[in-house]
Amino acid sequence: MSIAGRATAKRRWGRFLLDLRAHRTARRAWGGAAGMVLVLLLNGCFRAEPPADVVIVNGNEPESLDPQIVTGVSEMRITKALFDGLIRLDPTNAAPMPGLAERWEVSADGKIYTFHLRTNAVWSTGDPITSADVEWSWFRALDPATASDYAGQLFGIRNAENWYNGEVTNRAAVGFRAVDAHTFQVELNVPLAFFLELCAFPTLAVLPRRTIEAHGDRWLHARPLPTSGAFTLEAWRVNDKVRLRRNPRYWDVAHTASEIVDVLPVSSPNTALNLYATGAADIVWDKDLVPAELMDALVGRPDFHNFTYLGTYFYRFNVTEPPLNDARVRRAFALATDKTRLIGKLTRGIGRPASHFVPDGVAHYSSPPGLGYDPEAARAALAAAGFPGGSGFPRLTYTFFAASGGANLHGKIAVELQQMWREVLGVEIELRQIERKVFYASQSKLDYQISTSSWIGDYNDANTFLDLFRGASGNNRTGWKNARYDALVAAANAETDPTRRAGLFRQAETILIAEEVPIVPVYFYLGYNYYDDRKIGGLWPNILDEHPIQFIFKRRSPHPPSASGRPEKRVGRAATRS
Amino acid sequence: MYFLKRILWLIPLLLVVSGVCFALLRLTPGSPFDRERRPASPEIERQIAAKYHLDEPVWKQYGRFLRDLLRGDFGPSLKYRNHTVNDLIRQGLPVSMSLGALAFCLALGIGLPVGCYTALRRGRWGDYVGSLYALLMVCVPVFVLAPLLVMFLAVRWHWFPVALWGSVRHAVLPVLALGLFYSGRVARLMREGLLNTMHAEFIKTARAKGLSETAVLLRHGLRPALLPVVSYAGPMLADLLTGSFVVETIFQIPGLGAAFLNGFLNRDYSLVLGLVMLYAVLLVFLNLAVDFIYTLLDPRVKYE
Amino acid sequence: MSEGQGTTPLSPGRRAWRRFRQHRIAVASAWFLLCVIGFAVVYPPLARYGPNELSAAQFAPPSAAHWLGTDVHGRDLLVRLCHGARISLLVGVAGAGVCLVMGVVWGAVAGYWGGRVDSVMMRAVDVLYCVPSIILAIVLMAVLEPVFRRWLDAWHCTKTPALARLGVLFLALGAVSWLTMARVVRGQVLSLRSRAFVDASRVLGASPVWILRRHIVPNVLGVVIVYLTLALPGIVLAESFLSFLGIGVQMPLASWGSLLAEGTEQINPIRIYWWLLVYPGGLLVATLLALNFLGDGLRDAWDIRRDS
Repeated sequence: MSIAGRATAKRRWGRFLLDLRAHRTARRAWGGAAGMVLVLLLNGCFRAEPPADVVIVNGNEPESLDPQIVTGVSEMRITKALFDGLIRLDPTNAAPMPGLAERWEVSADGKIYTFHLRTNAVWSTGDPITSADVEWSWFRALDPATASDYAGQLFGIRNAENWYNGEVTNRAAVGFRAVDAHTFQVELNVPLAFFLELCAFPTLAVLPRRTIEAHGDRWLHARPLPTSGAFTLEAWRVNDKVRLRRNPRYWDVAHTASEIVDVLPVSSPNTALNLYATGAADIVWDKDLVPAELMDALVGRPDFHNFTYLGTYFYRFNVTEPPLNDARVRRAFALATDKTRLIGKLTRGIGRPASHFVPDGVAHYSSPPGLGYDPEAARAALAAAGFPGGSGFPRLTYTFFAASGGANLHGKIAVELQQMWREVLGVEIELRQIERKVFYASQSKLDYQISTSSWIGDYNDANTFLDLFRGASGNNRTGWKNARYDALVAAANAETDPTRRAGLFRQAETILIAEEVPIVPVYFYLGYNYYDDRKIGGLWPNILDEHPIQFIFKRRSPHPPSASGRPEKRVGRAATRS
Repeated sequence: MYFLKRILWLIPLLLVVSGVCFALLRLTPGSPFDRERRPASPEIERQIAAKYHLDEPVWKQYGRFLRDLLRGDFGPSLKYRNHTVNDLIRQGLPVSMSLGALAFCLALGIGLPVGCYTALRRGRWGDYVGSLYALLMVCVPVFVLAPLLVMFLAVRWHWFPVALWGSVRHAVLPVLALGLFYSGRVARLMREGLLNTMHAEFIKTARAKGLSETAVLLRHGLRPALLPVVSYAGPMLADLLTGSFVVETIFQIPGLGAAFLNGFLNRDYSLVLGLVMLYAVLLVFLNLAVDFIYTLLDPRVKYE
Repeated sequence: MSEGQGTTPLSPGRRAWRRFRQHRIAVASAWFLLCVIGFAVVYPPLARYGPNELSAAQFAPPSAAHWLGTDVHGRDLLVRLCHGARISLLVGVAGAGVCLVMGVVWGAVAGYWGGRVDSVMMRAVDVLYCVPSIILAIVLMAVLEPVFRRWLDAWHCTKTPALARLGVLFLALGAVSWLTMARVVRGQVLSLRSRAFVDASRVLGASPVWILRRHIVPNVLGVVIVYLTLALPGIVLAESFLSFLGIGVQMPLASWGSLLAEGTEQINPIRIYWWLLVYPGGLLVATLLALNFLGDGLRDAWDIRRDS
């Protein structure tokens, strides 16, 4: 009707003059529309907010701020400012230090931890924090209804996994309990060298029981929101900002250096750089927010901080698929990978080529040597596997995922790898770039041949890397299973003596990177932050890239070296943001 | 009566649109909880799926979606797990709407005069310059225009903030990036509409009365010439109000455009469905408004 | 093409062609497009570098060795632009082809049969209009790609990922741009259907298929060609947006969109490799302009008013 009506109208509009009445109505209609638009604008969301003391650019929008739901580093940085655990990490070196627990004792066999909670710790609403809160929170993490990705962090505790799976239904059988209001006891299956670090992990944080029980999944929208950490959540607008305000009742409030901190979700490196360059942000602290091609120009600047970091970029082989089921073929690919050239080209020489999987700098451990770049040996290995000069080698695909905006380091690495393998081995590899979710799905289903991968350590221990390739690990994703490797890792996990433990891990890693080679490490991540030391204080570089927001502050008056007539940036920023 | 019927038509439309989208989303490979690292045990994965009813048969999930839809509830977001889809729309819609409305004003504000001017100057230099402007705006991809605007107007010359949302100054660059493209489209439609009316009988009559060319066109020709622009303005406004992925991503604006595409890339089924529903409703109502304005501009158009 | 109408001394096609030749900008655009296509076909085999030939000359500015400079991998930009032109225009033409077939068939059938068939088919178009097209394109690509891959693997194809992606791109981009075409064709067919010569054929017992082929299709051809030239730049632009998202053509293939996406990455306050932005951007915009001018010229030549 409308289409036909319009068509006839158009065909005949030439023979018609509009009368004045229609004029007036039309004018009124247009006026009305314009008025509506104006009202919309006035109603729109231009807010007048006081400027923050510190503005931090933080990577992707947090999926959640529930410490037991979050999975990403950027989210955990925020949740750690809101909800404390028994243990905190030292901002200077990321070592465990007292949090809600003032002190603790460990039994001689290393299996029983007794924590003594502070008596002066209260929620931001004023209620005391007791060990019953800790117990409830940990049980919540183990409640299937919470659907916590990281519930597994608690599985080292006696019967925790059985409780999760419903095989144990007696609460008292689970290895943690509130002994009294300020004493909390944990019993582990086997001694864990990194258990204190684990206690600082967000999944093990203390959460407000009553608020959660009253509001369900939307509990973070409740006001007032009781927090146990250094800040309260003043505002959380998706893709806009998270605004933190100092929690005046925090037991360590004396060390909270800033009143208001804004945490911005930014996912484009160029936007992050622009925000920083124009003074709209004080700190950029996500390694993915540094444009790789500018690395050489950035690295010389005093406000650009880089440091060793617990992360490895590597590629996986699907070892169930011939000819990749032959370790010689996998070794050939590894030996043909010129990591130095890769770094030289793609990150302009800034980076650490990796020949082993566990990053250098991890505590109490040093890796065995792995396979370096050796074209001769690579060709020999391929020939030994029956493909001399690459002849007869099937066309394999290298799978990686797409990133928007062209900021796609994975793609660039793929292009370089393709060329290296062509040059050195004479094999032709097809590239396959797919969406991120499809990528992870196909990696899990082993629907790939060679694929890009990376791993960031959860805590400072070799185990967070080497556990990955146990046959039973859900994150193995290579189809590779090796009984000797599994036994070595299991033995190392149970070992308390640091030297012997490191020795076992070293044997396991040798199998992984030099003998069987289901994966090939490419480079170790560097942590990157940019902030101006003369204006911002309270951040220290450390291997976990751990920077508690509590200690970060903006210097009121710049340090003497910078006082040379430089106007304080803060004024300018306040003007543009108001 | 006609309008009432059109509004009722919305119900089957939404049903079909949601069904199609639901099916397509479930057919796409990858699921919301496929991530770089899997939980420590398969049991945890199972429990997460169960919490969001992803383990049920698809028809049952669709039934659940429809039941919630009746109550105006789109369910929890699968990516932003502390928010419901309604929360996200409530936060993002006002932002996208003010951005879109401003861009709409800009598009009409530039497009209509340029369109009229080029039509009046047909075949002369003014026409070529104006038409080239209009075409350029249509041809330069937003993802090129926006970074260039930022580079020069914000980073080099410090006229405007580089990104973020919060004040009128923050809105200038995104509105430009978003509005300029549509201003090109509007200018082209306006020019064509006006050129078409120029050959019409009643214009010849008016000319015969001795009015000047410009006066003839502006007084008599403008109204019917607006019709193509008006019919384009409906879908355009729907597009603008629901936001643009590129502009919102580059300027870090908390609107719905970025949420839409990211929602799909994250396989946030409920968010994408909710936004598609919103877009469909908006589109139907704006097309209705277009029809209504038609009746005002051209009284011969009657709907029964 | 319109020889089927050969009763009049000057067929509509020939009349349009005569008018088109007087449209100077459109003719110039056509020549420009021909030059671009010609260069893209002729230059790469003569060039010193292959499109995927990596070198140590990373980010080399334009020089005698590399006329338009090199990219992050040290690949020659000119050769890649030529290959990009092939891909981009191929995607545009093939996408337009899909759009043509779906739009014309859908619109012609709906318009010719009319009644219930028409209303059901047009309601389907309304439904599809309610889904934002770029989302629809991405969903279609994600759904169809595994299917394509399986087919190609079954045929022992050696370039599966790249070909599967290209095929899916054609289909998805065509599938989201046929809606307007279907509406326009339907409108045209609807008005033709009631014309005397069609009635005459029907009375004489001609089959619907014969009537469609003999009378309707030739008369709709003009509109179709015009809308096709207008849909083409839209498809090229959509492809560039998908490349910007990282789900356009398969690496290491290049399209103008993917080259431009790499260029926009370079817009930053510290250092700009301008050639990576200016050349792909300039070429893309110039080509889209030419396509639009060409479309305008054709429309004027056929004297078709744009419908909403």
